[in-house]
Amino acid sequence: MVDIHDADHADPSRRDFLYIATGAVGAVGAALVAWPLIDQMNPDAAALALATVEVDISSIAVGQSVVVKWRGKPVVVRQRTPEEIEGVKKVALGDLIDPIARNDNLPADAPATDENRSAMSASGAAKGKEAWFVMVQICTHLGCVPLGQQGDFDGWFCPCHGSQYDAAGRVRHGPAPENMVIPVYSFETDTKIKIG
Amino acid sequence: MDSHSTYEPKNGAARWLESRLPVLGLVHSSFIAFPTPRNLNYWWNFGAILTFMLAVQIITGIVLAMHYTPNAALALDSTESIMRDVNYGWLLRYLHANGASLFFFAVYIHIFRGMFYGSYKAPREVLWIIGVLIFLVMMATAFMGYVLPWGQMSFWAATVITNLFSAIPIVGTTVTTWLWGGFSVDNATLNRFFSLHYLLPFVIAGLVMLHIWALHVPGNGNPTGVNVKSKDDTVPFHPYYTIKDVFGLSVFLILFAWIVFYIPNFLGHPDNYVAADPLKTPAHIVPEWYFLPFYAILRSIPNKLLGVIALFGSIAILLFLPWLDTSRIRSAVYRPIYRQFFWIFVIVTIGLGYLGSQPPEGIYVIIGRILTVYYFLHFLVILPVIGIVEKPKPLPASISEAVLAKNGHAPAVAGAK
Ligand code: HEM
Ligand code: FES
Repeated sequence: MVDIHDADHADPSRRDFLYIATGAVGAVGAALVAWPLIDQMNPDAAALALATVEVDISSIAVGQSVVVKWRGKPVVVRQRTPEEIEGVKKVALGDLIDPIARNDNLPADAPATDENRSAMSASGAAKGKEAWFVMVQICTHLGCVPLGQQGDFDGWFCPCHGSQYDAAGRVRHGPAPENMVIPVYSFETDTKIKIG
Repeated sequence: MDSHSTYEPKNGAARWLESRLPVLGLVHSSFIAFPTPRNLNYWWNFGAILTFMLAVQIITGIVLAMHYTPNAALALDSTESIMRDVNYGWLLRYLHANGASLFFFAVYIHIFRGMFYGSYKAPREVLWIIGVLIFLVMMATAFMGYVLPWGQMSFWAATVITNLFSAIPIVGTTVTTWLWGGFSVDNATLNRFFSLHYLLPFVIAGLVMLHIWALHVPGNGNPTGVNVKSKDDTVPFHPYYTIKDVFGLSVFLILFAWIVFYIPNFLGHPDNYVAADPLKTPAHIVPEWYFLPFYAILRSIPNKLLGVIALFGSIAILLFLPWLDTSRIRSAVYRPIYRQFFWIFVIVTIGLGYLGSQPPEGIYVIIGRILTVYYFLHFLVILPVIGIVEKPKPLPASISEAVLAKNGHAPAVAGAK
């Protein structure tokens, strides 16, 4: 028979192992308890239930915008003027601060051409929808709502820290780093769009 | 620390308690017998003023919370009913809202005092670092409190400040969604801010205890920066400094009362009486005055991530001040060059505050950039270099010598003059 006490003393690594194992189990347990405490702060089921908003665009004239609230955020629906469209089409991609479309209807790496920003990218869009423009009107700097049809680029001007966007909602003057986001939306009919 | 007296319980009850929990002795040695340099000037009043203001905020806050409703649909109405219906509600709210401003006013003087007299130098580095942590938690507390009335300024302050975290690469959006509990600042955000606004002042109270503990290990600094050398250099805290603190506090309270009773809305923004509207940002949003210098630094940098880094960096750099200042002389009184740069730094900080309140256009942006660069140069270049090149003035041999010399008595030992 081996003397148990002697064996313990003779082999310190056995005790070290037990210490480490106990500590490891404790750490995993603490992490498991911490997770619900952290995750409870994420959006709850009600906030996640993805709301959709329908907008009747038949009464929006050329040069007019309507702002609707979607998921707590302002979404602008605008029928752009021919001059605005002409202006943004002339801009070379290389001149943009952010060359990515930031359009949730398109692949994540789609380039920020006006085609990829305008309603031509939405599903159900018939030809000739390029005047229509739908965008989350939130500055990508720190989240203010920029003012429409202001600034040096015929688009949006953010009063908070001076960012400027063109008529395709692409950032042209910092500090905002990215183009404003185009949400998922589709044409239900020629005069009705569904956001979300 | 040697103390002028040791505590002797005066009656049976005190003796009974003292032998079981020596709390009376602790209070006695910390706030009654505590040997304090005899030459502290009025800039040393602000620690006591700050402690008092924390108590004011906690007491008025707890009673406000008895009437306030942390719900996006009801919050503004509940603050208005505090103003109109609740007995003395107007007083409690004006005390709390302006109390926050005066709390910051006092903390800025307290911090500048530390910078002028080198209070952060060995052996008080930990004391200083705890102070910077208190300042950070105060900022978080005041920010979340400002969100509670749920007016336009509340809402857009919450939006802009939480969006600072969206600058973090890769996980930025995940973090902001987590902070909001939704896809924008909304009811969930208001609820958690209320919970934390209630909690954090008690965290500050805990930090204040550590701050005072760390203070009582080496004892107070003093305007000469010379260490306490003998009993002649100190007086017991009570009655000398209890009286002086009460006097300083009374003067401070005159200012507080004047603001609360005569110009209670002077420091606030009228826009915050307009209900929060997530679809419309007010034309000119500015934070509360006490955040303006940091806001100016944020706006001076045309890149989002770097702007946010500069904002947090401008506060975090204070943590390293004890090691950035290379001079061994504590007090600016004996540092002819540093003294001038100290005042330039004060002016630069106030200048940044002014710029933070102006629209981010034209000349304001350019001056803002220059002052931002200077702010960082002060810590990273000017302080380390002055400490090496400056020739300090001769220090007095002791605190009592300095005091006697100032009052026209010949110093007791080896006379100057
Ligand atoms: C470090 C201490 C504190 C600071 C700096 C602070 C700061 C503020 C500020 C700036 C506001 C906005 C005031 C306004 O514009 O109306 C506020 C509101 C509020 N605070 Fe505090 N606070 C502190 C402690 C507390 C505590 C301990 C409570 C206790 C629950 C509390 C409860 C409230 C409530 C209920 C409101 C909303 C009512 C109102 O807007 O007046 N605060 N706080
Ligand atoms: S939030 Fe628009 S520029 Fe800062």
